[in-house]
Amino acid sequence: MKPAPFDYYAPTSVEQALDHVAQLGYDAKILAGGQSLIPTMNFRLAQPSALIDLNNIPELFYIRPSDDGGLLIGAMTRQSTLERDPLIAERAPLVRAAMPYIAHPQIRTRGTFGGSIAHADPSAELPAVTVALGARYRVRNKAGERWIAAEEFFVSLFTTLLQPDELLVEIALPPMPPRSGWSFQEVARQSGAYGLVGVAARVTLDDTPSGRRCRQARVAFLSAGERPMLAQHAAKTLIGQAPTAEAIRAAAEAAAKDDVDPSSDIHASADYRRHLVKVLAARALTEAFQRANI
Amino acid sequence: MTNQFPITVTVNGVRYERTVEPRLLLVDFIRHELSLTGTHVGCEHGVCGTCTVLFDGQPVRSCLMFAVQANGHEIRTVEGLGTMDKLHPLQEAFRETHALQCGFCTPGFLMTLVPFLEENPKLSEGEIRQALAGNLCRCTGYQHIIDAVKLASDKMGVKP
Repeated sequence: MKPAPFDYYAPTSVEQALDHVAQLGYDAKILAGGQSLIPTMNFRLAQPSALIDLNNIPELFYIRPSDDGGLLIGAMTRQSTLERDPLIAERAPLVRAAMPYIAHPQIRTRGTFGGSIAHADPSAELPAVTVALGARYRVRNKAGERWIAAEEFFVSLFTTLLQPDELLVEIALPPMPPRSGWSFQEVARQSGAYGLVGVAARVTLDDTPSGRRCRQARVAFLSAGERPMLAQHAAKTLIGQAPTAEAIRAAAEAAAKDDVDPSSDIHASADYRRHLVKVLAARALTEAFQRANI
Repeated sequence: MTNQFPITVTVNGVRYERTVEPRLLLVDFIRHELSLTGTHVGCEHGVCGTCTVLFDGQPVRSCLMFAVQANGHEIRTVEGLGTMDKLHPLQEAFRETHALQCGFCTPGFLMTLVPFLEENPKLSEGEIRQALAGNLCRCTGYQHIIDAVKLASDKMGVKP
């Protein structure tokens, strides 16, 4: 099957794009990388009456250092660019670690950071990574702009806080705190297939008179609920504790028991997903704490 | 309302000017408008890799792009790799290691591999397999394709 007919707009500035978005509202879909949208159009699961193509807006493609030691990334930045960029490697290694798990190289050539976030597939890697990092998103409409925290942005399956007249334009990644470690884990049947479960973790240690203690643990799961699942219960068990194998085991169990809401489908049962949550949480926390200790 | 959009695309070094509907997929533009049928349509949802072409030098799934998006850009298809008289070293390697049977997946593998080998001259089998994860083959079982990649990196005279 081929896509149904649609009107096509190719703005060359964010202002022009916002004009189209304001006029067309829900009738239009945004075309970023197209690697999730176009398959649904090819099968006519989606039949938008108009597409607003953002690929000709140079001002949306960038990776810049921010003054606080973090990064500002334009929403249309290609995943293949993120994969190879030295600033990402230096300031956001968790993003880089997730890249090989995102589909396949050909898809990452076109796929974008902002597109993955706005599409909000519960199996996507970048939403979970940005939640683990405590990222913020800059969103614009004709009237102005606002910032939304990653952990609030995702509402449900393919549903975010973005309004029909709004565009996601930038992702702000905070700096990695000192004494931090990170890890990304994912299980899939083939390389590049949708993860059965995945986890993005960032931990931070404090030096105290009684030794190294966990100050913060941000652990976000993909494919374990309708949106990236930030493991608050697991974090509570770790804060103030020494990062021992026992503490990690307890956190992984808390994550599997209380922090996720996986569903069953043809690829895996909810029970198996919960099991994977426990296994991957332990692996990710172990690796992240090791990195934090270096 | 279906508009017609004029586009200019360079394919294998040749400039083409055409007028297309926005919904025309890039792979269908290449096959039907330009009669370059070496690029194949397999799954139409971005998993099989038979539609892989080079877009400004990088591998893309041409079934997941619209022809209008190629306006002003450069595309390279398998027809631009080599000729019967002068095969690309990668094509020679595929022939020598028997890396194709029906050949349906082969153009997609070749176009994925050309930039890959340029960027990564010496790789382990695991890294090669991961790089090719976006291309499916139903005939060969992949082993000879892996052999072809190893042979090609030698042929392409890349230094370790």
